[in-house]
Amino acid sequence: MLTAHELQDRLVRGDCSSVEIVQELLAAIQEVDGTIRGYLSVDAEAALAQARAADAARATGRGGPLLGIPVAIKDVLNVAGQPCGCASKMLRGYVAPYDATAVAALRAAGAVLLGRTNMDEFAMGSTTENSAFQVTRNPWSLEHVPGGSSGGSAAVVAAGEAVAALGSDTGGSIRQPAGFCGCVGLKPSYGRVSRYGLTAFASSLDQIGPMTRDVRDAARLLGVMAGHDPHDSTSLPAPVEDYEAGLPVSGGLRGMRLGMPREYFGGGLDTEVEAAVSAAVEECRRQGAEVVEISLPHTRYAIATYYIVACAEASANLSRFDGVRYGHRTAVAGDATELYLRSRAEGFGAEVKRRILLGTYVLSSGYHDAYYLRAQKVRTLIRRDFDAAFERCAAIVCPVAPTAAYRLGATGGDPLKMYLGDVFTVTANLAGLCGLALPCGFTAAGLPVGLQFLGPALGEARVLRAGRAYEQATAWHTRRAPHAAGMARTEAGGK
Amino acid sequence: MASNSDQQSMDVNYIARLARMNLDALEARQFQTQMDGIVDYVRQLSELDVEGVEPTAHAAPIQNVFREDLAQPGLTQEQALANAPAQSGGQFIVPKIVE
Repeated sequence: MLTAHELQDRLVRGDCSSVEIVQELLAAIQEVDGTIRGYLSVDAEAALAQARAADAARATGRGGPLLGIPVAIKDVLNVAGQPCGCASKMLRGYVAPYDATAVAALRAAGAVLLGRTNMDEFAMGSTTENSAFQVTRNPWSLEHVPGGSSGGSAAVVAAGEAVAALGSDTGGSIRQPAGFCGCVGLKPSYGRVSRYGLTAFASSLDQIGPMTRDVRDAARLLGVMAGHDPHDSTSLPAPVEDYEAGLPVSGGLRGMRLGMPREYFGGGLDTEVEAAVSAAVEECRRQGAEVVEISLPHTRYAIATYYIVACAEASANLSRFDGVRYGHRTAVAGDATELYLRSRAEGFGAEVKRRILLGTYVLSSGYHDAYYLRAQKVRTLIRRDFDAAFERCAAIVCPVAPTAAYRLGATGGDPLKMYLGDVFTVTANLAGLCGLALPCGFTAAGLPVGLQFLGPALGEARVLRAGRAYEQATAWHTRRAPHAAGMARTEAGGK
Repeated sequence: MASNSDQQSMDVNYIARLARMNLDALEARQFQTQMDGIVDYVRQLSELDVEGVEPTAHAAPIQNVFREDLAQPGLTQEQALANAPAQSGGQFIVPKIVE
């Protein structure tokens, strides 16, 4: 399983063609996706046509950071002419009329758009079990979830069915599945990547980001997608650095001061996760980092703050699904109100309904100040925690999640239990920070453990440097999942 | 905020009505229990003193973004109607709302 930058080098040398890469991935999908079920749809003909075009462009001397490289797209992002269903019955049959800006940037860089990956419905969930269509399995253990909400993207990268994928992260939906599936996931700072064409969940928290096999690929994809977009007034006008060129050849952690939040290493952290992350911090020290203890005193309020803010915004954003202009419409005749009541009842799944209910409640008359306004103020306190922390360290090092991947079905029926697993990821969204997840070990049962570097807003170059340096010193990212494509052949034939 | 014991629980049927979303009887029962647990959990924010703290609406250091008011290409009528559940004569079909 090669990375995008390795494949690009082979393409440049003429060792292989983009068509061959796509054919190999289609064979991998054929081999394992009946088990993994990471893709909702794959348009083989369209992918091969894009690959042929990329090969033809290269033959005329054209280049590009992703020319001919296949990328899978989470079902929440609009790709012109392809379905965009958000893994919801509400949007069954919806065909995107335009490209998301991030998708258009991939196209312009030459990427081949391979297929659409499964997710929790409307990106609401942490297991991908809330998809209206299928359950995706973790390539490291078929009895475990891939995480969520970008679980399909993480699973197809880990299973060798995609070179790289796009995800979206509102409270950890890129980083947590990357951690659970042993791949790399980057949530950019709020505003670094345009959200235009990303179906909105919580507009003040959502970001699009890459999910890849190594940190260098994440830097490459970020460089392609980052930047200001007139179609998203919250995208930042700050210049885009050359993230990939800024990566260290060696010694990237030397002299970097890393903060370990005391509150993230207390009770509730699984002992195997704690052991792997502590060993990773020790490795960072060996690589020359200075590690200091920091405090984020409002950590225990992060989940409550996040679920109030995210659900409030979701309840407003999802009011657009009214059965009139697009999306599911009830077949039962009635007046306009009846049309809304039934179309929404029939189209949304249980977790989406719960979040609309919570969001509507905290915004309703008599409760707005007690819940929503108060949560916005606590959000300020959480931001101040990070402002203070980043005066003492360049980046924060911590776990991605308190445990490794959950068993399938383990969080069903108890939504609050699932929410509590987001404690180390939601803060980056609330405070507008960037966060990088990468593999740092395995549990005794063979499940990956994720390490997270958090940086201040627009600190992407810094977290990528730290992550790349750690990755160069270790080999976790080169391990292959037992249920990845080609593994059965490898075991049988020693290929 | 008052203490937890003084709080009324969320009436899920009333809130669902505000959200224009029917719930069947089974859903309403399940959601009532689940939402009570979730609301009880998020109520812990009442422990904090937030007197004088400014609310954060979003974390980016930008405000009041303006652009030139210029006509730009958008979706054609055909494209805009392409995903409509019901359409006719270049328009969305909706139930009669005026008698």
